[in-house]
Amino acid sequence: MFELFRVIVQRDLLLAMRRRSDILSTLFFFVIVISLFPLGIGPEPSILREIAPGIFWVAALLASMLALERLFAVDYVDGSLEQMLLSPQPVFILVMGKVLAHWLVTGLPLVILSPLLGIQYDLSNEVLSALLLSLLLGTPALSLIGSIGAALTLGIRGGGVLVSLLVLPLYIPVLIFGAGAVEATVSGLGGQGHLSMLGAILIGALVLAPLATSAALRISAE
Amino acid sequence: MKKGLIHWFKYASPASFYPLAGRIIPWAAVIAVLLFAVGLYMSLFVAPMDYKQGEGYRIIFIHVPAAWMSMFIYVVMVFWAIIGLAVNTRLSAMMAQALAPTGAMFTFLALWTGAFWGKPMWGTWWVWDARLTSELILLFLYIGYIALRGSIDDNRRADRASGILLLVGAVNIPIIHYSVKWWNTLHQGSSVSFQQGSSMSSIMLYGMLIMALACWAYTIAVVMVRVRSVILQREKDTKWVKNLAEIQS
Repeated sequence: MFELFRVIVQRDLLLAMRRRSDILSTLFFFVIVISLFPLGIGPEPSILREIAPGIFWVAALLASMLALERLFAVDYVDGSLEQMLLSPQPVFILVMGKVLAHWLVTGLPLVILSPLLGIQYDLSNEVLSALLLSLLLGTPALSLIGSIGAALTLGIRGGGVLVSLLVLPLYIPVLIFGAGAVEATVSGLGGQGHLSMLGAILIGALVLAPLATSAALRISAE
Repeated sequence: MKKGLIHWFKYASPASFYPLAGRIIPWAAVIAVLLFAVGLYMSLFVAPMDYKQGEGYRIIFIHVPAAWMSMFIYVVMVFWAIIGLAVNTRLSAMMAQALAPTGAMFTFLALWTGAFWGKPMWGTWWVWDARLTSELILLFLYIGYIALRGSIDDNRRADRASGILLLVGAVNIPIIHYSVKWWNTLHQGSSVSFQQGSSMSSIMLYGMLIMALACWAYTIAVVMVRVRSVILQREKDTKWVKNLAEIQS
């Protein structure tokens, strides 16, 4: 079973490496959205410090949502997804593997880059580490929850817009606790509680989301 | 017991449920009209003015029932989704489909009347408070369900996919509820609870309960009308539909 997991992750990473523009476009979307706000709102550092948690998190949400389309779509179109579903291996592991690979190429770069962007927002070191930690816990949860939406909308006309309609309301708890953790650190309260909740959401999503995603994949591939 | 079971399964078939729904509609509609008449009379004329909130408080007579219905209808939809996914009955998915617009309507109504209430009482149309936000998210969930349902052409796939979405939303609702609850809350606590009884005067409470029952009856009537058209639309190629009197005429 672990072998299957490893093979899936390796295969998806390899495919992603062959088409690097996909990864980079998500990453640059994140960078551009974050860079737009100081232009629109004005470069006042005190305001930027205050709005940074919300902006970073909303940008991460949108970037994660945009990247969802590629989670299953390519495999669905060329039929390899159907083959994977037909194989005697558990779909749960398949979904976990695909989501992990997806997060490694679309989520992790955002997390790593966020402290750099945070410096543009004049954030202190302490806040930067809270931001990094909250994104590190939150973005895998986003990928997991989003995989349900991606699986449900496979091969549907207007799937891209529909995914946002389905997935964004489900992202809200992650947004609240993620941005809350950073905000609490900014105001000096400490984001420990929020981070714990984020961790709890991540664990819950880790257990439940692949189940829903596997069921949805089976329906979509029928 | 055995007989009871057979009786219920009989109505799981669209063909036998269709006439039953037709018989329920007039009853539910009449009850709804009567209850609305009584409830509105009680809430607008009989119930005393609130000493603190003035006449504006009367909005709660529609606001609270609408908010109750918005949540309750979602639960009923989840129930039908589970039944549909578990035992694969066609009718349960149709019921969920028929309930969704009414649920979305009540959610919207609760938000809208809440805004009308909030302006004179809080001095603002909208605050980002826990209850308001959860209700707004509930509206998004309804819209997501309707959108997903509408964009899949294959009925069977649409039923099952939207059923899964309902289940995921149901898991998420308590999380959403508690996550937004941790913000500072402006919305007042519930005035009615099962443990402590009500903190309102009894005439107000009865007015509100009658309005709630009226909303129930209204929902049943409207959903039956809608489920009948869903059945006709989806079973249009079957023989029993072609033999119906209203189709042949």
